[in-house]
Amino acid sequence: MTAHPTPLAVDQLIDDRRTRIIVCCGSGGVGKTTIAASVGLRAAERGRHVVVLTVDPARRLAQSMGLTSLDNTPRQVSGIQPDDPDAPGSMHAMMLDMKRTFDEIVEAHADPDRAAQILANPFYQSLSSSFAGTQEYMAMEKLGQLRRADEWDLIVVDTPPSRSALDFLDAPQRLSRFLDGRLLRLLVAPAKFGGRTGLKMFNVGFGMVTGVVTKIIGGQLLRDVQTFVSAMDTMFGGFRERAEYTYRLLRAPGTAFLVIAAPEHDALREASYFVERLEQDEMPLAGLILNRVHESPADRLSAARSLAAAESLQGSRGGDPTGLGEVALRLHAERMRRIGSEQRLAQRFTTAHPLVPVATILAQPDDVHDLAGLRAIGSAFGANS
Amino acid sequence: MVVSVRDTDWDGVRLHVVTGKGGTGKTTVAAALALALACDGRRVLLMEVEGRQGIAQLFDVPPLPYEERRVAVAPAQDGRPGGDVFALAVDPQSAMIDYLEMFYNLRQAGRALTKLGVLDFATTIAPGLSDVLLTGKAAEAVRRKSGGSPVYGAVVMDAPPTGRIGRFLNVTSEVSGLAKVGPIRGHADTVQNVIRSPQTVVHFVTLLEEMPVQETLDGIAELREISAGEIRPGGIFVNMTRPGAAELADRGDGDRQADMLSLALKAAGLGDDPDLAADLAAELSDEERTARAQQAQRRLLDAPGQPCYELPLISDGIDLAGLYRLAAELRGQGAA
Repeated sequence: MTAHPTPLAVDQLIDDRRTRIIVCCGSGGVGKTTIAASVGLRAAERGRHVVVLTVDPARRLAQSMGLTSLDNTPRQVSGIQPDDPDAPGSMHAMMLDMKRTFDEIVEAHADPDRAAQILANPFYQSLSSSFAGTQEYMAMEKLGQLRRADEWDLIVVDTPPSRSALDFLDAPQRLSRFLDGRLLRLLVAPAKFGGRTGLKMFNVGFGMVTGVVTKIIGGQLLRDVQTFVSAMDTMFGGFRERAEYTYRLLRAPGTAFLVIAAPEHDALREASYFVERLEQDEMPLAGLILNRVHESPADRLSAARSLAAAESLQGSRGGDPTGLGEVALRLHAERMRRIGSEQRLAQRFTTAHPLVPVATILAQPDDVHDLAGLRAIGSAFGANS
Repeated sequence: MVVSVRDTDWDGVRLHVVTGKGGTGKTTVAAALALALACDGRRVLLMEVEGRQGIAQLFDVPPLPYEERRVAVAPAQDGRPGGDVFALAVDPQSAMIDYLEMFYNLRQAGRALTKLGVLDFATTIAPGLSDVLLTGKAAEAVRRKSGGSPVYGAVVMDAPPTGRIGRFLNVTSEVSGLAKVGPIRGHADTVQNVIRSPQTVVHFVTLLEEMPVQETLDGIAELREISAGEIRPGGIFVNMTRPGAAELADRGDGDRQADMLSLALKAAGLGDDPDLAADLAAELSDEERTARAQQAQRRLLDAPGQPCYELPLISDGIDLAGLYRLAAELRGQGAA
């Protein structure tokens, strides 16, 4: 039996003023950034005041939105064409600079001397620029900041190009758990706990632990970590609170998740995991956007018939002197096979998740790098609903 | 060790590091390359380092433990049997336990430390430590000998994506924040000697799309820059190419196409659908635009001067048969 998904009404979602945050997630290489930008543009042209937070846009896509550098500041996008000139919307876009976002948190929470000390710490520098999860944490942090600033009535977030779509949800907690962790504190400040009874035995084992850790990571790094931790001491609780704030934000009414996938096996498997995870965490899933789907104006001619026709033309150049007919029929057969495979994959997703609404975006022959291209994708949302 | 009688582009290379932007099919290409290399009868180790169990899914076997397991046998060539492909999923913690055992005979302690979360802590907190352990495992497999000859003829590593590859491979500088002397540092130096030797190359997997191509070019430039040419870029593997697309890009006569197609369809016995020619012409012009955009990207890939290989799109999804087909392509094009 064929399962038909409910169409995903993106316009309804962006027209609803109660929608304040749209999170676009999915595995890498599925066109997440482009979709996030198109959703933002369409919402702005339909009268919303939108900010789009991107993480790693293609150069030309960034330029199309007027973003020339990674500067962590929302820039107004020009060239918005309001649907209703009496109620024009606006669009801002920004690229996340994770290190600067981290630096700003430190500067906001510590006095200038201490902040300078933290920023100069070698361990902090590698943590803020290369710790797996820092980018996700900072994307969430930025989202929280934008929401608190309340200057925009809709925030569209493009999630980092994680190995797995789930990293976006887990990494922030991982970072805050790590910074907040007992082990980190014990390791760097065992003296604090030494006086308490009951811990003596632990301290014996603990000596071995520090010994091995020092052996592995080296004394210098451990000292850097110690300095870092004591300088950051007052901020640790803050990290967890901030991560919890954004996590709550993601579950609050007004937030909607769009899961983006290409009609390919791996991308749809990731999408399935993500959908299940959102359900489990009671996070509001708006639906799936299936990007880069193929179709054919001549789909009444099946792959098999097209291929047979191509073969009948092969060699006999009577009616097909240039070979164009054969090429066209072979390409059509290939396209029909691809369409068939895409439909089977989409079908499998819908059978597993019958309640998830789906919108389909056709594959574009060229990469999108101007507002017109984004607008064209956006109009597909309208056609879907 | 079986000596190849064919010349390939990577004779003498023992460690093939395969990187690529997410979504380009890096794992598939690494697996196909491993199979292709094993065709000479060599034993090949295929390693993954990101905990995704992508290899197990590809070969349709249960999730791989931290243990080298045979996952496939390469097809026989010229009457000689194909070699075995072994697979290994490495994670930093297990590599660390291995390491502790090798250098300190500390396997039991390693287990206890794992329980306490110490190893997770150490691999998390120390920049570059995980990378040294993961690349270290690959270097160890390359150097491992049994009875005086190498255990593996080649090692193929499904490595982190292009955005992280420079940092991942630039081990010594990454651990410079760690102990200046001492075991990890020594280990890093050994690993570095393997990675920066002609025995190792870094292959890039890309699609003919703007971002993956850009990342490939940036990645190659980055490797050359950070290592003063000592980390060698290998081939560029253009994945999921489509047949006929290249010739289409040169064919430009749009208006006459519908007429020509109409005649061809009649000749093929499909003449009773009057709109079919126009619909196919529209489809063709869409394909042509795609092909032209792809050709423009393809030309950019010539700039670094590395060998390029083209792998066809397997439209029904990749299974073992698809992998064998890709492996045969790679051999045909001289990649293995």
